[in-house]
Amino acid sequence: MDFAIDYILIPLIKIALILAIVPGYVAVITLAERKVIAWMQVRLGPMRVGPWGILQMVADPLKLLIKEDIVPDQADRWIFTLAPVICLIPAFIVLAVIPIGPPIHILGRTVTMYLTDINIGVLYVMSISSVGVLGIILGGWASNSKYPLLGALRSAAQMVSYEVALGFSIIGVLMLSGSLSLVSIVEAQKNTGYWYVFLQPIGFILFFICGVAETNRAPFDLPEAESELVAGFHTEYSGFRFSLFFLAEYANMLTVAAMAVTLFWGGWLRPFPNVAALSFLDLIPGVLWFIAKVVVFLYCYLWFRASWPRYRYDQLMKLGWQYLLPLSMANVVVTAVVVLVLGGKG
Amino acid sequence: MPTKDETLFDASEITVSMGPQHPSTHGVLQVKLKLDGERVIDAECVIGYLHRGVEKLGEAQTYGQWVPTLDRMDYVAAVSNCLGYCETIEKLLGVTAPPRAQYIRIIMTELNRISSHLLWLGTHALDIGAMTVFLYAFREREEILKIFENYCGARLTTHMFRIGGTQYEIYAGFEDQVRKFVREFPAHVDEYETLLTENRIWIGRTRGVGVISAKEAIDLGVTGPPLRGSGVEWDLRKAKPYCIYPEFQFDIPTGTTGDTYDRYMVRIEEMRQSARIVAQAVEKIPDGPIMAKVSKIIKPPVGDIYHSIEAPKGELGYYIVSDGSTQPYRARVRPPSFVNLQALKKMVAGLMVADVVAIIGTLDIVLGEIDR
Repeated sequence: MDFAIDYILIPLIKIALILAIVPGYVAVITLAERKVIAWMQVRLGPMRVGPWGILQMVADPLKLLIKEDIVPDQADRWIFTLAPVICLIPAFIVLAVIPIGPPIHILGRTVTMYLTDINIGVLYVMSISSVGVLGIILGGWASNSKYPLLGALRSAAQMVSYEVALGFSIIGVLMLSGSLSLVSIVEAQKNTGYWYVFLQPIGFILFFICGVAETNRAPFDLPEAESELVAGFHTEYSGFRFSLFFLAEYANMLTVAAMAVTLFWGGWLRPFPNVAALSFLDLIPGVLWFIAKVVVFLYCYLWFRASWPRYRYDQLMKLGWQYLLPLSMANVVVTAVVVLVLGGKG
Repeated sequence: MPTKDETLFDASEITVSMGPQHPSTHGVLQVKLKLDGERVIDAECVIGYLHRGVEKLGEAQTYGQWVPTLDRMDYVAAVSNCLGYCETIEKLLGVTAPPRAQYIRIIMTELNRISSHLLWLGTHALDIGAMTVFLYAFREREEILKIFENYCGARLTTHMFRIGGTQYEIYAGFEDQVRKFVREFPAHVDEYETLLTENRIWIGRTRGVGVISAKEAIDLGVTGPPLRGSGVEWDLRKAKPYCIYPEFQFDIPTGTTGDTYDRYMVRIEEMRQSARIVAQAVEKIPDGPIMAKVSKIIKPPVGDIYHSIEAPKGELGYYIVSDGSTQPYRARVRPPSFVNLQALKKMVAGLMVADVVAIIGTLDIVLGEIDR
């Protein structure tokens, strides 16, 4: 019986929660995006559907669902249909390893706040999230149209350029924590007494820049660059299929924000987790700390979008290869030397 | 599109139609781009999707009847279109508009220059991905359109002036509204500049992009901010003064390299200078009539005339041939957008797709004027 509860029932509940929370989060962030950017642009944003426009997050998906679903005549129908799904699935399954809080006790059982803790968590996230770009490339290619093709190619190049720097930017954290498990990384930050952002500021900045680039968000939104490629890789997509791309993009934003928090900002830990004078902060549950930090990063996404123009393709490449990659490699070397000199883990 | 047997990947060059429906062609412009990857090998502009025969309409209508059609040419700068035409016919008739009308004309035309430049700024920034500037620019543009609406009832196709003066008297509170606008406007320009002028991405996207030298610009007949961006200090308001411009203090901003950034800076400064002109004019509006004595049935003497003004986009000229009847024998327009657009091909060669969008934006074209 215990086995059934521990290994079937609880994981199933967690899976159901993840599957339910992500669309809910997407609904909220779409409204938040419009409201926050509207606020920055001195306008109101949606305000007609429900009080303060709050039902807009219901109206949006409804609208997308009832729109006509068009497949271009010359498109590769199978791949065209499959592409958004390929985009979406990795976006969901990476969330399985992200710990959102310390274990809690319910009905005499200890329940962990993640679906699973695997000892290669970081590698898992990196590899699975890379699959998403395949959906974008296939979607752009299968449309058999030129703007989507250009968008898809841009996306592929962008992905390759930034994935490497992203990988290097994390290595400092791995050296300090000595683990690839996300749970262990958070716990290591507790043992160290500092969030790793204080020890790895460059690593964090590089990680976040690359993360924004990987999610194709402004100022790196070249694969869809509206003013250049009409809508880029999803030009030919409409209705429900388009909404899957949309869902994946926002889920990826969540992943990057959650990873930034977990790796660099102490996950569910309060500031300076070992300082007793700040123990009153423990009154706020770890999950809330985690959510609050994620919200800050999601807000940054919106802030960037409202503030900056878009990079050009070659400038994006230049930034990735010429600046971010060498910098991230230098960060690895410096961290390695410091860890070696100080002897052992940070 | 490739033929059935070849895929998009087989072709080393692809031809992409940017427009006539595209978010960044500023109307129904079609640019046929020959691309090698993202690099532009060649660009060909295809125009005519909006052609309405404006000039032929002018030849089929009386001198006064043509004015509302002209408002719909460069619909972003309807006031300038109207001023240019009215002055042309006044010159042909040998009539001068009364001073009060001239002051009203200057205020409205310069406000219109600001509103036109604001639309350019907003859409140009949007083309390069800066969305916020677009909405800020529209906020100020709205204030100008309110003034237009209060004055003549229209916001876009304003039809404010008549041959011989202006149709309407200014309304109560006009001066205060204009003063308030010109007082607050420079701070808003600073705000746009905060978002763009020193932004690294903006500089990266505009410096050295779409360079056109002074000689090339002159050879191509380019006028307005694109010419001044290349360092040629040529502005008809000073070079061949018309209306009552000599009475006002203002500077002609110029660039040095003739790139997209220079044209951006020229227009930003032009907005400040226009506000300066309006601020001077509103303090000095004289009393008196707003219409000269012009016969209701306009019959200019036999002859022809070319008169041009400095519209927001460059030299806007009208060539009218009169046969002494109530309708022009020949009516032709020299629109700045049409002439400036021919520089596009030269400017985009060898650049990237994203630059094409930035360059179309920097030329500040309006297809209503190009296709007439």
